[in-house]
Amino acid sequence: MNYVYLIPLFPLIGFLINGIFALTRKASTEEKIDGKTLVSWIGCGSIGLSFLTSVVLFFELLALPAGERVVQKIAFPWILSGSFHIDIGFLFDPLSSVMILVVTGVGFFIHLYSTGYMSEDKGYARYFSYLNLFTFFMLILVLSNNFLLLYLGWEGVGLCSYLLIGFWYEKKTASDAGKKAFIVNRVGDFGFALGVMLIFWTFGSLNFTQVFEQAPQVLAWGGGLVTAITLLLFMGATGKSAQIPLYVWLPDAMEGPTPVSALIHAATMVTAGVYMVARCHALFLLAPISMGVVAVIGALTAIYAASIGLVQNDIKRVLAYSTISQLGYMFLACGVGAFTAGIFHLMTHAFFKALLFLSAGSVMHALAGELNMQKMGALKKYIPITFWCFLAGTLAISGIPLFSGFFSKDEILWKAFSNPQGHFLLWLLGVITAGLTAFYMFRLFFMTFLGKSRMDPRVEAHVHESPKKMTIPLMVLAVLSVIGGYVGVPHSLGGSNRFERFLSSVFEEGHATTEAVTHAPSTEYLLMAISIVVVLGAIFVAHKFYVQNLEIPKRLAEKYKFAYRALFNKYYIDELYAKIFVNPLLNLALFLWKKIDVVVIDGTANGIASLVKGISGVIRKTETGYLRNYALSLIFGAVLILAYFIFR
Amino acid sequence: MVPASAYLILSAVIFTIGVLGVLVRRNILVMFMSIELMLNAVNLAFVALSRQLSNLDGQVVVFLVMTVAAAEAAVGLAIIICLFRNKKSVNVDDFNLMKW
Repeated sequence: MNYVYLIPLFPLIGFLINGIFALTRKASTEEKIDGKTLVSWIGCGSIGLSFLTSVVLFFELLALPAGERVVQKIAFPWILSGSFHIDIGFLFDPLSSVMILVVTGVGFFIHLYSTGYMSEDKGYARYFSYLNLFTFFMLILVLSNNFLLLYLGWEGVGLCSYLLIGFWYEKKTASDAGKKAFIVNRVGDFGFALGVMLIFWTFGSLNFTQVFEQAPQVLAWGGGLVTAITLLLFMGATGKSAQIPLYVWLPDAMEGPTPVSALIHAATMVTAGVYMVARCHALFLLAPISMGVVAVIGALTAIYAASIGLVQNDIKRVLAYSTISQLGYMFLACGVGAFTAGIFHLMTHAFFKALLFLSAGSVMHALAGELNMQKMGALKKYIPITFWCFLAGTLAISGIPLFSGFFSKDEILWKAFSNPQGHFLLWLLGVITAGLTAFYMFRLFFMTFLGKSRMDPRVEAHVHESPKKMTIPLMVLAVLSVIGGYVGVPHSLGGSNRFERFLSSVFEEGHATTEAVTHAPSTEYLLMAISIVVVLGAIFVAHKFYVQNLEIPKRLAEKYKFAYRALFNKYYIDELYAKIFVNPLLNLALFLWKKIDVVVIDGTANGIASLVKGISGVIRKTETGYLRNYALSLIFGAVLILAYFIFR
Repeated sequence: MVPASAYLILSAVIFTIGVLGVLVRRNILVMFMSIELMLNAVNLAFVALSRQLSNLDGQVVVFLVMTVAAAEAAVGLAIIICLFRNKKSVNVDDFNLMKW
């Protein structure tokens, strides 16, 4: 346990070495030194070592008795200022151990995949240095033992997200998307920072353990203060985890390289909000209003993003909306007090969504960068490995029984129905979303891999399976997507839900309320059956639409033109935001620039300068350069002084 | 005994000649000599008043003024020689570079 600090240290070292490499390499582009091997080894090796350390520590944690699985390690004091005391300290408990395993494990395979995917890129070393830096900040985020260090990681991953979305910064859309992500996140982070300050103001400490222990005594249940704190924290989460109303940056973030979308915008960073809410469950459970807000926002985001995903044609955008939708599920789980289910879904989602993104990257690789599903089809016979892996991911996310997504999603739906904070409507939204999810995922799957080929013949001639570096991570993640759910098989299905027991020491209070209401097991089976039927029905419809009779979706789009347009244009939310927020701010900025700055401020400064210049222009004429003039003025002055003394 | 007022009048006359010399003449050497004239007019006033008031302070100041005048003459003449070497002229109106 003493070497927990090594976990974030390895990627930091990797970042420094690769960063130096990227900087020096730029200076000597002419030289044909192939540093790629070194960069790859450092990039993947550093995170691989972190992963191994995490695994070792995880087993050390398992060896401890269940009640003592909280380890705090203070590396060194960071800020000491009066009563304000912040350490660089790490909190290692079941929750953070799950998170670091996901971050380093999935992250390692994505790094490995990147060595194949990015191999032709000029900025290879830069890419890996950013990726390592991201991993460092993400590990700081999940391992920190206080709010400020968490905030450091929180901002750090935001920075890396910005850098990696705009990785191909020569492309205007990419750099714009990076800026959009950064600015939208700033809105959320503003709330998060206020929340952290409010916590310090209330508790006089930012340490997790101290804050959460004092919380029940200091804060009244359902009081205004705790509601304000939790809502502000949740505002940060809506930014980072792309929830309504701050989700708009995530679909655009797909401009980055695909492994980045997999790592940052699907598996790890966007789940930071869920992690944070789960970490602060002691506060959230004191604020029923905030819990309600979290659950409702989560459920609405889930169904809303899923509905947009139904009609998008860009393969990565569908996955992006799917990510938003799945994050909504996680917040729904947190909002009804089922934090374990949320974290469980976070883990399985990391597996299958990373898999889906990497497979999509593999498809793009095969099709020379094509993203439009309408120009794909019948890829099954060309790229069989990608096909099978994608199928595994699709089945998992759709919640087909026995795949990982089924267990986690069903857990959430069941908790949304049965928990005291839950509600029938939340469950209903969840089930409809599950159906929509199955529909758009299979639509994506059918349009890409089955049916007739709609590819450009020139592209079709060069379709090829990706290299081993890329397919091995796919296969590993496919296996994880299939079996990842078996750590949390619920009791009703004959499992023992090890995952829940493992996390139970963290979420004790959460479970005390969970057990309060009991439902008959038959209800659980019934709900499970309903969701399975909905999902299977959705898949059947998708098959009918996109394999058997391609005319149906076209006719539907014609018939319900208005609805189709609204969905296709993402409900015009981007345009709405542009009207309400962006343009007024832009106009205000233009006004401040053109009127206030140029006219008033510059006018004042320049006016004073030209006034002085004008006066001095007159006065300096007296400096004639003739000695006699000066002598005359001297004498004249002397006479005046003398006259003053004589005649006063 | 000559009254002090006579000395002071003489001093004033010499001083005025010096001032006018500085103002109206263009030859830098003559201007320089006029300055010396002014200094010595002041010396005369000092000495006269010193005797009138029976106070030796005035005489001490005269010694000081004479010392300064000697030093000033040395430096001033050196500058004038330099100016002449550069411009081949002793007319002050030729030296008007330092202006707006």
